[in-house]
Amino acid sequence: MEQPQLKAQIMDEQAMSRALTRVAHEIIEKNEGADGIALVGIVRRGAALAPLLADEIAKIEGTRPPVGTLDVSFYRDDVRRKIAPVEFGTDIPFDVDGRDIILVDDVLYTGRTIRAALDALIDLGRPKTVQLAVMVDRGHRELPIRADYVGKNVPSSHEEDVRVTIAPYDETNSVEIWTKPSE
Amino acid sequence: MLSVKHLIDTTSLTADDITQILDTARSFSEVNKRAIKKVPALRGRTIVNLFLEPSTRTKSSFELAEKRLSADSLSMGGATSSVVKGESLADTIETIDAMNVDMFICRAKLAGTPQKITEHTDAIVINAGDGKHQHPTQAMLDLYTIRENFGHLDGLKVAIVGDLSHSRVCGSLVPALKTMGADVTLVGPPTFQVDDPDYYGVPQTADLDEVIPEMDVVYMLRVQLERMEGAAIPSRREYNRLWGLDMSRVNKMKPEAIICHPGPMNRGMEINADVADCARSRILDQVNAGVLTRMAEMYLLLGGENNGVSA
Amino acid sequence: MAYLLKSAHVVDPQVGLDDVRDVLIDGEKIVEVGEGLAAPEGAVVIDAAGKYLVPGLVDMHVHFRDPGFEYKETIESGARAAVHGGFTDVATMPNTDPVTDNGAEVRYQIDRARHAGFCHVRPIGALTVGEKGEQLAEIGDMVMEGAVAFSDDGHGVQGAGMMRTCMEYVSQFDKVVSAHCEVESLTTHGVINEGRASTRLGMFGWPALGEELEIYRDIELCRMTGCALHIAHISTEKGLNLVRAAKAEGLPVTCEVTPHHLFLCEDDITDAYDTNLKMNPPLRTAADAAALREGILDGSIDCVVTDHAPHAPHEKDCEWEIAFFGIVGLETSLPLMLTNLVLPGTMSWSRLVEVMAVNPRRCLRLPEVRVEAGSTADLTLIDASAQVTVTEDWLQSRSKNSAWLGATLTGRATDVFVAGRRTLTDGEPTPVRRGIR
Repeated sequence: MEQPQLKAQIMDEQAMSRALTRVAHEIIEKNEGADGIALVGIVRRGAALAPLLADEIAKIEGTRPPVGTLDVSFYRDDVRRKIAPVEFGTDIPFDVDGRDIILVDDVLYTGRTIRAALDALIDLGRPKTVQLAVMVDRGHRELPIRADYVGKNVPSSHEEDVRVTIAPYDETNSVEIWTKPSE
Repeated sequence: MLSVKHLIDTTSLTADDITQILDTARSFSEVNKRAIKKVPALRGRTIVNLFLEPSTRTKSSFELAEKRLSADSLSMGGATSSVVKGESLADTIETIDAMNVDMFICRAKLAGTPQKITEHTDAIVINAGDGKHQHPTQAMLDLYTIRENFGHLDGLKVAIVGDLSHSRVCGSLVPALKTMGADVTLVGPPTFQVDDPDYYGVPQTADLDEVIPEMDVVYMLRVQLERMEGAAIPSRREYNRLWGLDMSRVNKMKPEAIICHPGPMNRGMEINADVADCARSRILDQVNAGVLTRMAEMYLLLGGENNGVSA
Repeated sequence: MAYLLKSAHVVDPQVGLDDVRDVLIDGEKIVEVGEGLAAPEGAVVIDAAGKYLVPGLVDMHVHFRDPGFEYKETIESGARAAVHGGFTDVATMPNTDPVTDNGAEVRYQIDRARHAGFCHVRPIGALTVGEKGEQLAEIGDMVMEGAVAFSDDGHGVQGAGMMRTCMEYVSQFDKVVSAHCEVESLTTHGVINEGRASTRLGMFGWPALGEELEIYRDIELCRMTGCALHIAHISTEKGLNLVRAAKAEGLPVTCEVTPHHLFLCEDDITDAYDTNLKMNPPLRTAADAAALREGILDGSIDCVVTDHAPHAPHEKDCEWEIAFFGIVGLETSLPLMLTNLVLPGTMSWSRLVEVMAVNPRRCLRLPEVRVEAGSTADLTLIDASAQVTVTEDWLQSRSKNSAWLGATLTGRATDVFVAGRRTLTDGEPTPVRRGIR
């Protein structure tokens, strides 16, 4: 098996930080403030991005929206093909009923993870709205799903892998394009 | 992904397998606290609960676990099973298998039945207790309960007390505890001791009072009254006096030590009523852990590629 | 019909022969053993160069299920399997339905066997009516009809007083009592050797003591009654030592062992619960099997028997605890002895002939068969280099419950002569159409 190779870095730490700030502004603008908002990060890297986004919102509005994490392992439609390792589990320390929930993920690709996340979220209660924020939208949707807030659109091919690196999982915050491992 | 296709015994599970099951069970504990206690993980999968021996607790635990994973399930057994009408096991399994099921949960009074089932079907088999042999899903829920209590399993001292020789619980719990690094001591009347404790590599004694102050976990086995033939013990009263867990023995336990029992209990025989309900008792935690660990086992065995079903 | 077997390697310790000879058979008898014999007019000449010719093999412990359980085996199918395995004589245990406990049942078996035309079938009569251990069977009647020995094989006589009565009564006839030694109060529910195996597989144990205690009892009854005693299917080292001590004292005690107790042990039973390894007595420890192999070499064990126990598929393809005990063995016995003991050089050909031909005849009080002029021509011709793969198709027994299915063994009988009639020809059973005498 050939090892994957780094092709290009699309965003560095500074670019990601700027994108988060812009997305925070857009969220506040669309929701006319931060009241009633809660952020739900999808494990793993969406859950790492959500607190950063909450920090940005706090800087602008003065109040920090509550943050939760969502594990969609048991809701995936590809369970029959591979078992997702269950590492974190769902932890949502607030009532989702009546809130504006901002789902946060790192990369939006086929849309299947978001579909699973919507099912998982709706089993937890009845949010007023569900909105989607992603760091990268790389296209190739297989379901009618779109993001409300996008850090960067990255046109890509199926033969590529778009990776968002972020602490604590990675050493630096960045967005990179890698070749896919060939078998 | 587990290293085994079926869950027949704990002897073939690695420490990594057991850890995966316990970790996955833990993530199901969040699901079980919700208003909607159900996830779609096994939607459309068919599970047959084949209970060739009466069971209320294990069967209801499996049925609840199946419902919470959204599997379609069917329970057979007891008076409704053709096995009791004289049909052979092979015929029963091949008949059910012809209807394309994905998993068998099997409880049987004869050792080796789950293994025999694997010879007649491509479906995945989980052993829900076979004769005096093994009861691996019980062992997993016990390990889960103990690990949740102490945060770890390695180095814990566990006494398994009572009707050892008739106990499939003992048969699967001992190897599983050993694999996870716990120290096990078997305690029971000589007439109830296992034939060869060296097989497990654990000490075996008749003296409960000697070992009880050392233990982190005192695991009381149910005396299988229905399995007793002849006079292996003179009376319930004497059994209770020598091997029953009463408050005077509980008071000699380490401060942080806990009490487990697989149920159903013979109150007043192997465990006294006040002990069963005391603060050290984890018996109801075990029941809850049963649903969680069984969800985890079914999810890990049926969700993966190893079932031979391509997506 | 006359047969001239040319250049066979003849092994017969009774006449001190272990060399290449020609053997001429005419009618029921061997007429000449020598070198460079000329074929008489009309004789069939068989090139036996490279093969071994021995006195016909005897299995003194088989179950033919006829009458009562003909779906497992009949006398005809059992006798066919016997010659296919190289045997000229088999002794059938009486646990048929009805139990062989009277002269008429003995007569039935002998008649059926003659009609089948493969080999001698020597009925063993029951000691007690219905093998119930309560009332003496008509032992004298059975002796007069041709019963060769007496046994309640399958469970043994539980009451020591009843066994004493049986042995005292049998002692008048110069017949041996073959004892299935099992104290049932110690083996209740037992389905596997007690100890490591019963713990590992979670089933009720069948302790060695359940066998050894009754061996001890029956040896003492032998001492008391003077009745010849033969310990059936011995399986433990300690039991064997009891027999050794009795022999050293000069008591009329003999014993037998099966190939499965010699070559298998409890460790072979895996969590696959292969019911073709479920035996009574159970497979014991590896140390026991090693002691039995030593005993068969040093003379402590007199005979190899198969305890040939045919069972139908539905009686074996089931859970271990409800599966029937025993395996078929007639067709694998000689190949197993050759492959495991004789060909590696552990056992001599002479010793093989003793344990599979000479001693069983002596135990059953049958006339001696020697490879010499004047003897009855009950002979087995063996190709010690032929490879045999044990398959259901290859087995001639009606039942296929062998522990060696799929195994490839070396050495087998190619021809069998029973009273001068060739009932196995180049490995194929060839019954005598009008029956054998």
